[in-house]
Amino acid sequence: MLLGDEAIAQGAIDAGISGAYAYPGTPSTEIMEYIMNSNDAKDKHIRTGWSANEKTAMEAALGMSYAGKRVLVSMKHVGLNVAADAFINSAITGANGGLVILAADDPSMHSSQNEQDSRFYGRFAMIPILEPSSQQEAYDMMIYAFDISEKFEIPVLIRIATRLAHSRAGVEQHTSREQNEIRLPSEPKQFILLPANARRRYKLLLRNQAMFEEASEKSSFNVYFDGSDKSLGIITCGIAYNYLLENFPDRDIPNPILKIDQYPIPRNLVEKIYYSCDELLILEDGYPLVEELLKGFLATGKKIKGRLDGTLPRDGELTPNIVGKALGKEFEETRPIPEIVKGRPPQLCKGCPHIYTYEALNDSLLEYTRGRVFSDIGCYTLGALEPFEAINTCVDMGASITMAKGAADAGFTPAVSVIGDSTFTHSGMTGLLDAVNDNSSITVFILDNATTAMTGGQKSSAYGKIEDICMALGVGKDHIHVIDPLPKHHDVNMEIFKKEIAYEGVSVIIPRRECIQTVARRLKMAKKIKEVHATK
Amino acid sequence: MKRDIILSGVGGQGILSIANVIGLAAIEAGLHIKQAEVHGMSQRGGDVQSNLRISDREIASDLIPKGQCDMILSVEPMESLRYLPMLAPEGWLITNNKPFVNIPDYPEMEDVMKEIESIPNNIAIDADRLAKEMGSARSANMIVLGAASPYLGIEIKVLENAIKKLFKSKGENVINLNLKAFGMGKHIAEKKADETVSS
Repeated sequence: MLLGDEAIAQGAIDAGISGAYAYPGTPSTEIMEYIMNSNDAKDKHIRTGWSANEKTAMEAALGMSYAGKRVLVSMKHVGLNVAADAFINSAITGANGGLVILAADDPSMHSSQNEQDSRFYGRFAMIPILEPSSQQEAYDMMIYAFDISEKFEIPVLIRIATRLAHSRAGVEQHTSREQNEIRLPSEPKQFILLPANARRRYKLLLRNQAMFEEASEKSSFNVYFDGSDKSLGIITCGIAYNYLLENFPDRDIPNPILKIDQYPIPRNLVEKIYYSCDELLILEDGYPLVEELLKGFLATGKKIKGRLDGTLPRDGELTPNIVGKALGKEFEETRPIPEIVKGRPPQLCKGCPHIYTYEALNDSLLEYTRGRVFSDIGCYTLGALEPFEAINTCVDMGASITMAKGAADAGFTPAVSVIGDSTFTHSGMTGLLDAVNDNSSITVFILDNATTAMTGGQKSSAYGKIEDICMALGVGKDHIHVIDPLPKHHDVNMEIFKKEIAYEGVSVIIPRRECIQTVARRLKMAKKIKEVHATK
Repeated sequence: MKRDIILSGVGGQGILSIANVIGLAAIEAGLHIKQAEVHGMSQRGGDVQSNLRISDREIASDLIPKGQCDMILSVEPMESLRYLPMLAPEGWLITNNKPFVNIPDYPEMEDVMKEIESIPNNIAIDADRLAKEMGSARSANMIVLGAASPYLGIEIKVLENAIKKLFKSKGENVINLNLKAFGMGKHIAEKKADETVSS
């Protein structure tokens, strides 16, 4: 029984990777966690560990590929935005050792700020994309992905969605492959993207499109099932196929089906279903990528049904019922949710150090007009909710510092940033440098709980380094304060908060206290170890 | 045979320990299984659920279709009601009736119980109190699982074996407490079934 994420991880291990790189992000985190905890991976000396951000992870992976080794880099969908520069250019350099990029999308935004569809990035970069429909397929695809990455000397993108990433099913494991030896690229200038080389490489990428498409046509992951009822043909992508099957308990689907799990879109297979059916229904989780392409801007061809014409909702993840309705099935009314059931939003844990920090921050801003707190991505984003309502923005990793700077530059001072320790080293440091260079009037709270808490307590790259980083970036030593976020230190803390918020320049306040969850886990482990020793 | 089960509760209440027992038992019984979990933001004290599907035929979707859920198995009473649109007309609602109050507008318990009792097939048990009385407050979830056990379509012995497996590393004492809790829940469910038949 493996999570989709774990099937991906085991598949990568068995495909012979020499390293894995990642930054934690729901729903991709469990991939790296599995490899880190795998004895198999330890025995094989596979490189594991968290990178500072997705871009550094992607670049390190590209370096390992350059050296001839197989490597996996995994991230959540918005992480691919951070890694995009390296990602897009890796299509131009091509891969040497097999290079697989895993992007975990989050349709319905269970734990994200948008539901962007990573398949667009794959098309943008013009590389092959794989989209598994089951945990077993996720495992099998990893083996295949590394093979075609080396065969075509190109990075391969694997796209999964939350429902596959975080769902368990039985997975059958195949025998494992040895790791590659170090071997430099056959073309020595391949990775030097000077314009002259880049133009040559880009032409090669364009030429290779036909080869990638041919691979899609022949792929065992793209399957055409014929059916007698040609009034409607159905194209499914990834896990949408499961929702279609679910509506036919005996699997007796009368319509022709094209199951697409590998891109570029297999043209011959699509033509086959298009010309043999009266209408098409496109089922895909995420954006209507296939649907939009088939429909075309002028929509002059046959009727294409899907998310664009209202047959399916335009946003949100698919479900068996949504797909059933699109097929014209009627569903009986079920019981409603009783009115007495109230919403139960997530909240900061009891004893969380952020609670005090937000209460104190709210107090220290009482003398100013509202709307001054620019925050970031992490547990502390929950400070937006009652009872704190302490923050005014949350956009992307690191934006707290730069947005506060922009507001301060506009004359809206004081402006306050709230950012976590891990988010600070992910993407906050460069923004702080901008603020120092401009002497922008901002106060940056770096909430240091010594971990990446939201995703389950992974090691933070910032650990033990924050003051040194701030000083090195040019923040004045007198304007860097480490405080203990506890009510008993309230008077001292308030004095510092108020003074630095009023200060016209860059100041940094670091409320430092370990995450209550990691403390609890540490104490539990210590107790266990003690018990083991006691019984010896 | 198929059982589509929604496990529900509040982040941190450990609904996955129940899922793990049923999962292990389903594998031993040679059944297919899919289990969609909630990770990430909601785990911080928010409402959480898991879609657990077991069947003797291959399972397609990771998500249970609306109105086809055979059982809502909940470790918190209000949370058991959140998923009623998913429940089949004859489906079971089995829940711990100890409220977890971390919101200011938590409804009156009387109203919550009224809603639970309006479902024809329901079992609500004070698992927290029973677990405490038997000296193992942490076994409440196994009492709830025990109450569901007659309706899971898996032999009791196989479920008990799964508990043994799951708690193996914790020692004989923990295993026995959890087996006892499981037996207690099962007994309550059977007693309730007898009463229903005789009344």
